[in-house]
Amino acid sequence: MKTTLMLGAMTVAGLAAGAAAAATLDDVKARGKLNCGVTTGLVGFAAPDADGEWQGFDVGVCRAVAAAVLGDASAVEFVPTTGKTRFTALASGEIDLLARNTTWTFSRDVDLKFEFVGINYYDGQGFMVPKELGVSSAKELDGATVCIQTGTTTELNLADFFRTNNISYEPVPIETNAEAQPLYLEGACDVYTTDASGLAATRAAFENPGDHVVLPEIISKEPLGPLVRHGDNDWGDIARWTLNALIAAEELGVTSANIDELAAGTNNPEINRLLGTEGTLGEMLGLDAQWAVRAIKAGGNYGELFEKNIGENTPIGLARGLNAQWTDGGLLYSPPFR
Amino acid sequence: MADKSIAFVRTEMLPQQAPPASQSGVIKWVRENLFPDVLNSILTLVALYFIYKIVAGAWPWLSNGIWTTSSLAECREILDGATGGCFSVLTERWNQLLFGFTYPTEEYWRPTLAFVLLFVAAAPLLFAMYVPRQVLYFTALYPFLAYWLIWGGTILIPIVAIAGFVVGYLAFTRVERQSFAMGLLAAVVAAALTWWIGGFVSGALSGFVALPEVPSRDIGGFMLNFILGVVCVSLSLPLGIVLALGRQSDMPIIRIICVVFIEFIRGVPLITLLFVANVVLAYFLPPGTNFDLILRVIIMITLFSAAYIAEVIRGGLAALPRGQYEAADSLGLDYAQSMRLIIMPQALKISIPGIVNVAVGLFKDTTLVSVISMFDLVGMIRGPILASTEWNGVYWELWGFAILMFFPICYGISQYSQWLERQLATDHR
Repeated sequence: MKTTLMLGAMTVAGLAAGAAAAATLDDVKARGKLNCGVTTGLVGFAAPDADGEWQGFDVGVCRAVAAAVLGDASAVEFVPTTGKTRFTALASGEIDLLARNTTWTFSRDVDLKFEFVGINYYDGQGFMVPKELGVSSAKELDGATVCIQTGTTTELNLADFFRTNNISYEPVPIETNAEAQPLYLEGACDVYTTDASGLAATRAAFENPGDHVVLPEIISKEPLGPLVRHGDNDWGDIARWTLNALIAAEELGVTSANIDELAAGTNNPEINRLLGTEGTLGEMLGLDAQWAVRAIKAGGNYGELFEKNIGENTPIGLARGLNAQWTDGGLLYSPPFR
Repeated sequence: MADKSIAFVRTEMLPQQAPPASQSGVIKWVRENLFPDVLNSILTLVALYFIYKIVAGAWPWLSNGIWTTSSLAECREILDGATGGCFSVLTERWNQLLFGFTYPTEEYWRPTLAFVLLFVAAAPLLFAMYVPRQVLYFTALYPFLAYWLIWGGTILIPIVAIAGFVVGYLAFTRVERQSFAMGLLAAVVAAALTWWIGGFVSGALSGFVALPEVPSRDIGGFMLNFILGVVCVSLSLPLGIVLALGRQSDMPIIRIICVVFIEFIRGVPLITLLFVANVVLAYFLPPGTNFDLILRVIIMITLFSAAYIAEVIRGGLAALPRGQYEAADSLGLDYAQSMRLIIMPQALKISIPGIVNVAVGLFKDTTLVSVISMFDLVGMIRGPILASTEWNGVYWELWGFAILMFFPICYGISQYSQWLERQLATDHR
């Protein structure tokens, strides 16, 4: 049994070696499925539900790309990756797109040879404290014990922040977010620090979330976005403009509810170009004219995805903040569809 | 005269009296074991106090447990501040904990059937004296049957695999008379040829008596731990025997290969090997290939535990008196015969505790695959379940469940090994 599998695998390996050079778009179309790397589980961003269906904000990006390219939002093979395996999975071609709340940094973009196609969530490191501590700013945390995940950028950010503000702290090193939750609740540390979205999700799971506050200071930049391999710019363009289409759709007021109506043609030429009733944008990408319509229909525009998975009506309850449209004072700014 | 001096003579024996209450039954046991002196009495009372605290603390958590809600928030609403476990996570995610979250729901009967049949197949190996020998034929077929049940696909794949082994065996018996090594070579060539040809046949007839195919990625939950544990233990035992014999061989190249292999594997943590299986192999294989991840992990865990089993068996071989080897030689047995008939049965008997130790450790180590993003029982808990918005924050219930799954199996294995040792005891101690 094992040997047949081995032989089979070796044969497949030999066959695939010849086809390896082909473009990612062709590979995905031939396969009929998009291999999308996600996290093994992060509240609100990607996790399978009770029926085994992947749900979440990052998952929405995968589904939109699959819908744009293959015409089917469910034609996605979700490949769970850990923080340690995500980059090798992308570099080795096991996945076509990595949408795993990955921070866009210089070295990942340049040195690891990846291409970030945009930012779908602007995150940053924050602090959570119990309300009874009576602290209203992180600068009042002199002498506090801080629960912090070891070996992360948050650890370095924390040291920088306390040094620049000339106050002292005592770190309590922890391994994972799951470990931090009970430690913080038992009072092993006064403060818990990690990405603000993570803080919100952690706080939401508490028995009495109202007893804890997230302080206003954000001490680092964590732009999270989907990424692809270097070297296949056509594929990178498809991923980039699918994400932009979701953002632009919100800005232009295109939602999954009114899209059928708007796709019949409107007076707004930008909407028409986005939805394929005017111009040849889809053709330029190597797709058909309806690509953006399908991508938006898959899970709604950016705002709808946000509200459904991590927005204020969900248990996680994140405010739009930096992730609002530029017209609403946020940072989301899609280049024009022209 | 003498008659008169004796006032009373009992003519029958007194019936036996029960020993005094303080010297029998529960009271005696309690006195001797719990309260023999002051120090021990104090220790007993302290221990009883702690046991009481634990039970009193855990009992409301168990008895107030909630089993029917669909999220942690609902549990908390119902409990309204009272102590109680939120066991609904187990009932709601039961299938996910057992089978992983992507195994098709309507196919759950297949792994369940394979699991039940495992006991039938294992019975003649574990309880040889109580089970008819004919069942061994089923045991030989079981691996192929289980593969077909769990992974699905056409039945031709396991049939071709069996055919390969049969053809290989026939070739071996034909050529064995010339020499053992020639026979082995012929067997390997014949089997490989059969598989190669059979591969085309089963590829062409992929719909023939086929169950819906389930890719390896969809296999998870406790099922994955069980598959890895059973397969790796049963593969690493023969491999470990070969390595142990190779290490004692007179042929220097074989001996050096075995020593280097064993020492290298023993010097590397299992988690490193798993990372190699998952990450590094992907760089060596051509891009786009998908060399089955479960197969990669099985190979790595098998190699790892084979090295340990080899060392355990080497200990058993070393413990045999030199006279046993010489006795085998003096009977005119060749190497294979003397090993099979005289040395190995004794050496393996000595090695049982060590082998069981490795097996139990290996079964528990299968949870390490959660680190390379496979969703075994621990991976399911750490990843999808704790990361779902409904169950984020449930810890004790889930990990307690994992303990309940692993403990009976590991304990059962160790009890079995003790029973087996008693069965095989031939010395007159």
